[in-house]
Amino acid sequence: MQPIPHPEPQPGTGLPGVGALFGGFFSIGICGFGGTLPWARRMVVEQRGWLAASEFTDLLALCQFLPGPNIVNFAVCLGARFRGPAGAAAALAGLLSAPMVIVMTLGALYGAYGGHAVVGRAFHGLAAAASGLVLATALQIAAPLRGRALGLAVAGVALLAIAVLRLPLLPTMLVLAPLSVALHRTPR
Amino acid sequence: MTPPWLAGSWADIGALGGLFAQLSLISVGGVNTVLPELQRQVVQVHRWMSGAEFVALYALAQAAPGPNMLVSTLIGWRVAGLAGALTATAALVGPPALLSYATGHAWQYFRDRPWRRRVQAGLTPVTAGLVMAAAVLLSMTTATGPASAALTLAITALLLTTRIHPLWLLAAGGLLGMAGLV
Repeated sequence: MQPIPHPEPQPGTGLPGVGALFGGFFSIGICGFGGTLPWARRMVVEQRGWLAASEFTDLLALCQFLPGPNIVNFAVCLGARFRGPAGAAAALAGLLSAPMVIVMTLGALYGAYGGHAVVGRAFHGLAAAASGLVLATALQIAAPLRGRALGLAVAGVALLAIAVLRLPLLPTMLVLAPLSVALHRTPR
Repeated sequence: MTPPWLAGSWADIGALGGLFAQLSLISVGGVNTVLPELQRQVVQVHRWMSGAEFVALYALAQAAPGPNMLVSTLIGWRVAGLAGALTATAALVGPPALLSYATGHAWQYFRDRPWRRRVQAGLTPVTAGLVMAAAVLLSMTTATGPASAALTLAITALLLTTRIHPLWLLAAGGLLGMAGLV
């Protein structure tokens, strides 16, 4: 890994190839403990200078707006922007190959030893900790809504519908998303 | 040596593909938004595993490197071995990847249009509410007593107020569990 001095890529000259896209996203895949987006920003903006910070934010906005895992969408969009379909495939393969092998190995170990009392207790603690991770993520996503009554109301209705009333997700989203967009007349 | 991990019927593999492809297209804001629906389908509808095992696999995906969408790989692996793992992962990744590919260029073109920011401003609270719902439901499953509930809340607080790496907190949770303290 080399320190990259140039902050802005020159159009047409610094474009990463298929191999570099695979390598860059491979490094995100193996580093990305507890959420991959901070690592993606580090690699793409700070280490390799593939995108300026504002371009990164802009592309990320699309990836959060589309369905699916944000980091997967991001890999596809960035790979496609630089190298078309081959670039998208290379970024995606780089991102997922190592973590898939690791997670299946862990899964096999859990299958073999998960029945032992000590392992079972460890997983009980691990699961409670993982809940804390999701809870913290949820609060971080909700943080920009502070002081925005409309946003908080929409989030509250979504929470109520799924967690308390146990309504199915698809109809809930089909009603709430257009309603929320319609109510947000002016950008904050 | 571990036959249950390699076993799987074509029906299960097909059901995995269908389930994850559907969820992939409604998972606006990331996989955590569909977590409650995934849990309901896997545990109650298909009866592939117990609720406790679902939560354990989710925790494992969180503790491993890579995106937390890899819970799909683990569930597929558990249900139908390698074929199941690949099917579930491809089904979760494929449809959004195609959609991203198709819309990436258009998005750049529309970057300054006001409707784009309005759509984004409208979707953020929906995502926030859905992820919060997932967090609440998941916590209710893992909080089997006062100690595990306290652990969840303590880790939430530490993540929000300090810069401790999440992996250390997961490891701490595992060790506390192993010691029989939660």
